[in-house]
Amino acid sequence: MSMTTNPPYEPRKAYRDSHDSVLGGVASGLARHLAVPVLWVRAGFLLTSLLGGLGVMVYAGLWLMLPSDTRFEEGPPGLASATRGGRRPGRLRRLGDVGPAIALAALGLGGVLALQALVGRGAAFWPAFFGLVGLALLWRQADEAQRERWNDQSGRIDPVRIVFGSGGWASYARVAAGALLVVSAVFIVGFEGASASDARAGLIAGGLVLIGLAIVIGPWVFGLASDLSAEREERVRSQERADVAAHLHDSVLQTLALIQKSSGDAATVARLARAQERDLRSWLYAGESADESSAASALRGAAAEVEDAHGVSVDVVAVGDCPLTDDLRPVVQAAREAVTNAAKHAGTGRVDVYAEITPAAVDVFVRDRGVGFDPEAVADDRYGVRNSIVDRMRRHGGTAEIRTGPGEGTEVRLHLSRTTTQEASHD
Amino acid sequence: MTSPVRVVVVDDHAMFRRGVIAELEAAGAGEVEVLAQAADVDEAVTAVAAHRPDVVLLDVHLPGGGGVEVMRRGQSPETRYLALSVSDAAEDVIGTIRGGARGYVTKTITGPELVSAIRRVADGDAVFSPRLAGFVLDAFAGSIEVAAVDEDLDRLTEREREVMRLIARGYAYKEVAKELFISIKTVETHMSSVLRKLQLSSRHELSRWASDRRLL
Repeated sequence: MSMTTNPPYEPRKAYRDSHDSVLGGVASGLARHLAVPVLWVRAGFLLTSLLGGLGVMVYAGLWLMLPSDTRFEEGPPGLASATRGGRRPGRLRRLGDVGPAIALAALGLGGVLALQALVGRGAAFWPAFFGLVGLALLWRQADEAQRERWNDQSGRIDPVRIVFGSGGWASYARVAAGALLVVSAVFIVGFEGASASDARAGLIAGGLVLIGLAIVIGPWVFGLASDLSAEREERVRSQERADVAAHLHDSVLQTLALIQKSSGDAATVARLARAQERDLRSWLYAGESADESSAASALRGAAAEVEDAHGVSVDVVAVGDCPLTDDLRPVVQAAREAVTNAAKHAGTGRVDVYAEITPAAVDVFVRDRGVGFDPEAVADDRYGVRNSIVDRMRRHGGTAEIRTGPGEGTEVRLHLSRTTTQEASHD
Repeated sequence: MTSPVRVVVVDDHAMFRRGVIAELEAAGAGEVEVLAQAADVDEAVTAVAAHRPDVVLLDVHLPGGGGVEVMRRGQSPETRYLALSVSDAAEDVIGTIRGGARGYVTKTITGPELVSAIRRVADGDAVFSPRLAGFVLDAFAGSIEVAAVDEDLDRLTEREREVMRLIARGYAYKEVAKELFISIKTVETHMSSVLRKLQLSSRHELSRWASDRRLL
């Protein structure tokens, strides 16, 4: 009976962290991958940078090689749509985000000056420094633009947007400063000690070569980009439309048809509407599962079934979670029985389920504000409470406690210890 | 008889606004007075500045930057915000509370419950739905490993935890008070202090939650 399915093995991959990034997100991505504090990684990069620039090289290499972590943000459709439509707040950059960058820049500058004092003013030093900073700025902007491309729903690939993303002074400044730094690095190397007229001639020659290249390659690049974007646009649109259509058909249309059929029966209509609401809500917003994948999810599933069967609304609030193992199934079953009892006998349309799952124990509370009952007066042939709940929990080393009274509502508390040493039930 | 609570309703669905206002007029006659309504952030900010309501019923998803934006630009310091949303997503709930709302209820709330929630918020108390209480317990779960800057803000006292647990179990304030043998006033104090911690805590889980979801 006991079947444990292992998820397929997935090797852990390192990514660049595009949310918590100072420069390129390499350090924080690496810290997450290695499970060490990000401060250590950043300090490590800084230290090794001072030892002959190794850290800079490693950082640049990783920046090139590691993929960014947010390829496509797959939020629940409702939230994603609200975000796109500007109905939810976007990310605000706070001053606190800039703090580490400033601190690191100051440290880096100090390091540079120290290095310069140590090795003296080498010919290659300043050009290399300018070039590196310029490259870092340009790469940073490339990351920004990439991220915006991913979030861009239009699917068009616009050559200007490839460079600048959706614009803003920050991206223009990054590109301009980066390009300027790289160009000045080139000039320092190329025209060291040369006269102004030599420099001008070189500049014109270089510019002409660039223009020539642009004329030759330009149309080709442009054609490629527009082909790509047309295809991408079409694919994204049609897939999304198909998904939404399929979901609406399976859920909303079917429910509406059912509601029309049973429009005379208020209870059925309410039940259908409630079930549909739950379904749509979980699809649009929470993305909370209701299958057997975890204890909380199994409880939600059980609650949903009772909702459908008895036409009451059952709210499940779960704190913590764990995989649904075989020794936890009795709790879920007992909880389902308790919810069913409440739905059938309480006489109110509402049941609250609260589950607290900690490493030490699982506690489930099922509460209604209904008529309640006198536990002493329950007939012996009524197996629901005694057998399915109390005895079931006791058999599996847990406890069930029922607090009720006529007119006071009912609360069933289920407790199961998860530690291996099975404590004697204290009742 | 206290004077009615002056309310502005902000929601981008006209049908829903009408429904809420009708419900407030039916269930909250004499208790709640609807001054104005607004359909997006700019209208809401203008309405709040013009009427200086006691309570703004605020939709979380709103054209122009969401409900959080309204609270950020709101010009009326004495106004309190109660978030009302169809979304139950953790990032919306936590983000809105951290944006300054004193409560969060979902749109399935009944009329009388909504009226009492409005009254509570107007009185300066916090309104926690069972789900919000669950989020709080989740966010403040476990023990905090590093000594934080302001430790008191980053963890719940045992009593606050008990109160949150009872709210998550579906207990009303009165029932919580009875269960814990404390007064309703004490329950309200605990709730306000939990709200404050939720808004101000720099706790790792909370800030990570917010930054993960690119909120705040």
